[in-house]
Amino acid sequence: MSATLTIGLLAELFPNGISHYALGGLLVGLGVAVIYLGTGIAAGASTFLESTLSYGSSLSQFQQYRASRDWRVVFTLGIVAGAAVYALTFQSGLVSSGLQSGATTGELRDVGGITIWLTDVQPWRLFLGGILIGIGTRVGKGCTSGHGVCGVGSASSASFVGVATFLLIAIGTAQLVQAVGVSP
Amino acid sequence: MSADHEQHPLFLPLVFAGGLIFGFGLGFSHMAQPEVVLNFLTFEDLGLLFVMFGAAVVTGLTFFGVKLFRSDAPLTGTVYGRRLKTLDTNVVLGGGIFGVGWGLSGICPGAAYASLGVGNIFILYGIAGMFVGAYIQGYWRSTSAGTDASTPTAE
Repeated sequence: MSATLTIGLLAELFPNGISHYALGGLLVGLGVAVIYLGTGIAAGASTFLESTLSYGSSLSQFQQYRASRDWRVVFTLGIVAGAAVYALTFQSGLVSSGLQSGATTGELRDVGGITIWLTDVQPWRLFLGGILIGIGTRVGKGCTSGHGVCGVGSASSASFVGVATFLLIAIGTAQLVQAVGVSP
Repeated sequence: MSADHEQHPLFLPLVFAGGLIFGFGLGFSHMAQPEVVLNFLTFEDLGLLFVMFGAAVVTGLTFFGVKLFRSDAPLTGTVYGRRLKTLDTNVVLGGGIFGVGWGLSGICPGAAYASLGVGNIFILYGIAGMFVGAYIQGYWRSTSAGTDASTPTAE
């Protein structure tokens, strides 16, 4: 009886299962761990924005990242490449896994035998959201990877506060946007 | 954090390898899909909790565990330390602005780069926006020198 209830609740809260989320998360953490073990650097993804701007801007705020800008570009290229490997394998059906539930969001399109995925979220949401993210992560000293993964993994009080803040505000914003009928 | 780090021949290959695993994980977890993030924020699918907590558990065990075996990193000589930032109003203010952007778009920096990797060219709108935003705050902080413009925000 209670087992049935539990399973029912799980199905409601996690309609797409949890295994691919959990395994993906472990890999995200592993990527950070590999870099940390070799270099001592707890890499976040958002500093790339400012460090890359230092190539084209002499503003002091960007120039402070000169020393790290090259490896941050390499890290970001690695992220893009890693996701592309996923696209070439699991997303394209070359490799299949019982852990992967078939997500039905967005649009899957076949381009020369490779399955690419395209979002349905409207461009203005991406662009405006991007601007706020660019401002917010830099003022707030981190993003979902810097605060959420590296900072929380470091048991940093600033990161706990940062994550709690952006998580609650993001939930409120997403609910509001949904409530006024913006979709997708 | 000096450029000397990059002199080790394995430094950049290792950073790339780490990014590769990180990006593959974001693709595999579907976090590179803004819709999945928005479904999480509207409580339709809470699976994303497992991505963030799963990742934080691995980094936490690594950050705290490695010190039992050695004190500095083999490629850089950097002493292993935690990622600690100063807790001030900027953390809350910036976190709030980031939260509005995240809730509006369903994207965040790492996931956006990964989204490009899964073929989502529309994410370029978001990435372009992020650079515009990063430039706006950089311009503002560089020109309003003396106040909090010197706050270090590395990582």
